[in-house]
Amino acid sequence: MRMWAQSHLYQKPQRLNSVLAAAFALIFLILSASQSASALPAFARKYGLRCSACHESWPMLNYFGQKFKDNGYQLMNERDAPIWQNASYWPVTFRITPIWHRFSTGKVPIDNFSGTGQTEQRVTSSGFDLSGLDFHTGGTLEKNFSFYVLPSSNNAASFHFETVMARLDNIFGSPWLNVKFGKFELDNLLSEKRILTLTANGGIYQLYHFIPQGDANIFGQIGDNQLGVEVMGHSFNDRTRYSASLLSTNNGQVGLPYGSQSYTGFFTASQAFDTGKLGVQRLGFYAIVGQAATTYLTSGGNVVPGSGTNNKGFSREGFVGQFYFGQHFDVQVVTQHGSDSAWFGQGYGDFPDNSSTAVCNAQGPTPGSTIQQPCNNVPGTQLVAGSRNPTWNGVLIEPHYVYSPQLIFLARYETIRMSQQSTPGTRSNLGNIDTYTVGYRYNPFMTSRAGFAWHNEFNLFHQVGTSALSGTNINTSEVLTGFDFDF
Amino acid sequence: MNCLKPIRFTGAILFTAILGVVFAAAFPATASAQDVPDLGPKPHVVIKPMESHIGNVTGHAAAAKSDYRRYCAGCHGDYGDSNGENAVWLDPKPRDFTIATFKCRSTPTGTLPTDEDIFNTIARGLTNSNMPVWSTFTKQQRADLVAYIKIFSPRWEKEKSGEPIKIPAEPPVTMESISHGKALFTKLECWKCHGPHGEGDGPSAATLTDSKDNPIRPYNFAAGKGDSRFKCGNTNQDVYKIFMTGLDGTPMPSFADVIQPNDAWDLVHFLRTLQVDRHSKENEVLSAAHGVIPPYVDRNPPPAAAPPADNKPPGGAN
Repeated sequence: MRMWAQSHLYQKPQRLNSVLAAAFALIFLILSASQSASALPAFARKYGLRCSACHESWPMLNYFGQKFKDNGYQLMNERDAPIWQNASYWPVTFRITPIWHRFSTGKVPIDNFSGTGQTEQRVTSSGFDLSGLDFHTGGTLEKNFSFYVLPSSNNAASFHFETVMARLDNIFGSPWLNVKFGKFELDNLLSEKRILTLTANGGIYQLYHFIPQGDANIFGQIGDNQLGVEVMGHSFNDRTRYSASLLSTNNGQVGLPYGSQSYTGFFTASQAFDTGKLGVQRLGFYAIVGQAATTYLTSGGNVVPGSGTNNKGFSREGFVGQFYFGQHFDVQVVTQHGSDSAWFGQGYGDFPDNSSTAVCNAQGPTPGSTIQQPCNNVPGTQLVAGSRNPTWNGVLIEPHYVYSPQLIFLARYETIRMSQQSTPGTRSNLGNIDTYTVGYRYNPFMTSRAGFAWHNEFNLFHQVGTSALSGTNINTSEVLTGFDFDF
Repeated sequence: MNCLKPIRFTGAILFTAILGVVFAAAFPATASAQDVPDLGPKPHVVIKPMESHIGNVTGHAAAAKSDYRRYCAGCHGDYGDSNGENAVWLDPKPRDFTIATFKCRSTPTGTLPTDEDIFNTIARGLTNSNMPVWSTFTKQQRADLVAYIKIFSPRWEKEKSGEPIKIPAEPPVTMESISHGKALFTKLECWKCHGPHGEGDGPSAATLTDSKDNPIRPYNFAAGKGDSRFKCGNTNQDVYKIFMTGLDGTPMPSFADVIQPNDAWDLVHFLRTLQVDRHSKENEVLSAAHGVIPPYVDRNPPPAAAPPADNKPPGGAN
């Protein structure tokens, strides 16, 4: 409350009134301007369905769209094979988003004018910008043989393969057995790849990427696409679904840069329930359990790729709920309990991404002493006395108000609380996160193989004790407006 | 404690608002020009207080407005007239709800279907068409949609649904039954449309049109391999119903006045043998006979039209 008491909005109510009036006028105009949805994106064109049939709001899937995806991008009718497509049809979509973005970060270390020392200062920048380009192509190679390839770039057009996978669908004629192979998104019911928000901090689920302060385990990020094989199955109507994946522990990076014997499992299961006028509710769980290397061979001080050994464990698990309250309002909920080995908590793990001079804490020669040594975890290393597995708990709540298939209002609150720090004596709430996001997406039209959303979003991100100099809290705010389109 | 510095984003909000006002104000004119160039705005759909009753679930038309727009209108059109923006690309064309003629019914030809007939069609989808399987809907959603499509035709206010036909118990599958079914297939001239081997390539197939003069193809029994489905269901009872109720709006007539129930069951058994890749009791019986259907010995042959001499009758091993 004090925060807002100091704000311009509070001190100048007449200005607040004008802003609110403008906002209401804008919302009124948008609502009155809504047109009938008419859409034929890449898949929809093949089947003659509106975008809204599969998307609660593009790109987020609804239940029917999830079933379509689970069937290997098939409606399971006689027209799934490519032979039914026009010969000139190419199942491809480009997506890019020109934006205007305002980013304000507190507690940035700034060199003093005197030339000595640094002072923390808020840095705010704004201007017009671009997202990266996504080049989606996917569909069926033949009935029950599906694929997806997604070269994706950053905003400087540096490309990588975000997704490359082929899938055998309905093996033995059963929807309970489908096998996917390659690099793919984990089977998160609340998909980060189909997130409805775009800001730097609000455009991801923090829960899917959280790493405690000082922790070097980058491998438990369930929001990142991973390399491996997935077995997935579902009931005919998709009410019941499960998946189990075996993944290389390399956070989706090609070239086997980490341990050659490090694997991770990701498991999900969920059940949907018909609750009459409220809609279909779904409850499920997920768990990722894996091991990652903490010791690497070096050559000339540089890590030898793929030489990682001395695996240590990590896990994240939680519940997922998709609750619908009629046709217009729904709430998505994800919880998480996470735990990393104390080795990761002390900085061992992602050494190849560190420089050869990176140092980690280790037990010194005398009891109770601490030394610093290269993070490649040379033989004989012992952890600092009392080192513990860092653990944490978190939850994200994302309500949507779907005014129509063309207009969706959304909000999100995420909180992550450390329950145990790796190093004894560390303040208990170091690294805790709270983030708030609000926004809306308006699709003025949806035409053949194209989607267009006018996107507006505000995000507030708060993390405890992580400023570089003072160790105090960091607050970051973002405003983003843009035209999110694919064609 | 470091509080957040006053957030200076009122300017950003104003910028966004101004952009939005310009955007939203400009767009409707563009859309109107494209969608309805001369006729002015489209009239709103008047949602009559129609209901549907499926078991203990009551559907209300008003509750389905959003779902119809989201899932159905793209093909069936905002006004239920089968003129959705995708309709031009579809074959066969989507159902025109304004004439309230439905293929899949449990009721006699020419009558309105029961609510449950439409309810089941939504969940089942229609094979060999673009109508998907909407099994993801709740029962309430489907019931509401059944009520919603009634608003498009005055027939639903003037007529009641037909009385569902009675389906007698299915007799055992025997070679005699299959053989008789094959004879009926010839006698009733099913082969003229469906072809001698049920592959949808009969001599009349290319000339068929539906009640809106759109070309329509007869069902190919041999297609679809093991998972082949009929348009109105997958059980033998569903096939029986098709004979006895017809597929209204298509050239497939009702044979209720032409054949007896046992004859219809024989025809069902024969048609199942045309689904050559499907595992069925009928194909087991046929396999046991080495794939040969013996000629049917008709002890009381009724007068029947013989196939034209220039058309091949159905026959041969299946």
